[in-house]
Amino acid sequence: MNRNKKPKLAVWKFASCDGCQLSLLDCEDALLDFAEVIQIANFPEASRAVIHGKYDISLVEGSITTSHDAERIHKIRRQSKFLMTIGACATSGGIQALRNFADVTRFNAIVYAHPEYISTLNKSTPIRDHIYVDFELHGCPINKLQLVEVCSAFLHGRKPVVPTHSVCMDCKRKGNPCVMVAHQTPCLGPVTHAGCNALCPSYNRGCFGCFGPKETPKTSSLAKKWQDLGASNDEIMRAFRGFYSYAEPFRKESEMYED
Amino acid sequence: MMENKKKKHKKHLVLPAQEFDVFLNALHEAAYEIIAPTVQDQAVVLDQIDKSADLPIGWTDAQREGSYHIFKNGERSFFNFNVGPHAWKKYLHLAELLLFTAKTNSSGFKTFEPIENVPKRAFLGVRPCEVAAIQKQDKIFLQGNYVDTAYKLRRDNALIIAVNCGRVSGNCFCASMETGPQARSGFDLCLTEIRQDERHVFILEIGNERGKNVLAGMPALEEATEQDIALMFGLQEEARKKMGKDVDTTDIQALFYDNYEHSVWNEIATRCMNCGNCTLVCPTCFCTNIDDVTDLTGAEAERWRRWDSCFTMDFSYIHGGSIRPSAENRYRHWITHKFAAWHDQFDESGCVGCGRCITWCPVGIDVTQEIRKLQKTNSPVEIQRVVNHGNTAKIFSGTSILK
Repeated sequence: MNRNKKPKLAVWKFASCDGCQLSLLDCEDALLDFAEVIQIANFPEASRAVIHGKYDISLVEGSITTSHDAERIHKIRRQSKFLMTIGACATSGGIQALRNFADVTRFNAIVYAHPEYISTLNKSTPIRDHIYVDFELHGCPINKLQLVEVCSAFLHGRKPVVPTHSVCMDCKRKGNPCVMVAHQTPCLGPVTHAGCNALCPSYNRGCFGCFGPKETPKTSSLAKKWQDLGASNDEIMRAFRGFYSYAEPFRKESEMYED
Repeated sequence: MMENKKKKHKKHLVLPAQEFDVFLNALHEAAYEIIAPTVQDQAVVLDQIDKSADLPIGWTDAQREGSYHIFKNGERSFFNFNVGPHAWKKYLHLAELLLFTAKTNSSGFKTFEPIENVPKRAFLGVRPCEVAAIQKQDKIFLQGNYVDTAYKLRRDNALIIAVNCGRVSGNCFCASMETGPQARSGFDLCLTEIRQDERHVFILEIGNERGKNVLAGMPALEEATEQDIALMFGLQEEARKKMGKDVDTTDIQALFYDNYEHSVWNEIATRCMNCGNCTLVCPTCFCTNIDDVTDLTGAEAERWRRWDSCFTMDFSYIHGGSIRPSAENRYRHWITHKFAAWHDQFDESGCVGCGRCITWCPVGIDVTQEIRKLQKTNSPVEIQRVVNHGNTAKIFSGTSILK
């Protein structure tokens, strides 16, 4: 990378709610620093002015749900030197991947007055299933501080500090008494990727798994613990079938508790 | 001289419970911030307190494998509970510590160490197992060639007021690890709570000059009678007999070294979630990682030290991958270090028998049970290290790293 030239950044949207890309705009003060060092070249949520050409960094939000998008993502990969996917949709298929567990045509028939106009794929899939991805940033939505951290790391050629361990590690560093041990509240923290700074357990709620499976997730052991706490098979199935339902460890565990 | 007639140390005094705030005031007078057990979020945690009413008076706890519950038991005891989720390392060996910042300048960069203003702190209610844990961490951070300055700063400013245990939890095994239920050294002051009919007092033992100096700030206390001392030892003897757990530590190093390959490890791996909770609640676990971060412009960088755990993949990551890729590798490593390798490193066990790892393991893995299983099926085998490349590759296939 030419050090005298600001790297060009593009933000791309696929099937998603826009929440992750908005977290970039949500950076507030850091956004000014961001614009100092990175040229925001293509970000329709922020500006209609689009600078074409190759991009040094592409942030990709959303999952692939149409054949058109399955083509488009390849074009984006070709234009991008470093491509990072952001959020649950882009990294796992998102909440819309719930369709993957059923027949999408049946959903279409229920939701749309004229389902014959709907052209969609059977499955919602993560970007990684279609192209090579340089880095995946997890979360529903992503943590804006982690987004800035990965961009800083990219700019300065260092490893980003984005730990892949459990939410429990952050909970314990904060000094939260464990909600599952002390309150018998079912929590996905032990199998969930850190990144939210243990947001829900800090407010005495169980973790919802918004950041997806952590490294080496032992979902079967946690599911058994939930059973011991009185959770029904249906509750366990639904817990794993949330924002990261199609991430393999969560998908497999949820299928173990299907009727 | 008058002083020669009195025992200078190991003197037992009587602090009436209704005078407890006078004692706390003496600590305040001596410029100590008081850190003590207190109830928050349905648990007994450690935090700053001002007065005795902030203590978990009347509260007690029930602890089992993977389960913790506090409740009022209708009594007015001050310390009728056992260790909670917080260990004192929270105040000595910080969960997050900024080591330095670096700023770029015309000639390169310059580093700045943070200027730390650590208050004098009185740790009130340090259990005997926790006193032992602090002594173990002292050995790590203060002895040898490299002194941890951040730890030393906090440790030097800490006054340790131990509280002996008159009750034990379902997961306590300090008697096996020979750290409790009575503190023998390592404290400045030590309290034993005695409730007998209408009488509610604390037998106060002076550990050293520093402890004695604190008492100078309050009216002189009466000396304990022999009857009180007998009562105190009687309570501790009772507690010793009621330990919720026990470990036979005979030949325990050999037990681990001889059983590197054992079906116990595979079985534990089906339950262990590698969440790291056991290591972070352990009062002796001391491992950290180092994170370097820059700001967007690159003008400023920071180096942070954070509690880490040998249960994470990053912990043992070296070029090419983690050297402990499987759950059995990681659990075996942790428990072997705690009960065996610690002896080689520090000439003592790394476990104090507080039972936190058992209580706060979400799935209730019990070290004492696992050790018993190993002992029952102790079958020394020749160590054959097989590197399972297939397994390593599988674990890493889902992780993308910045190229």
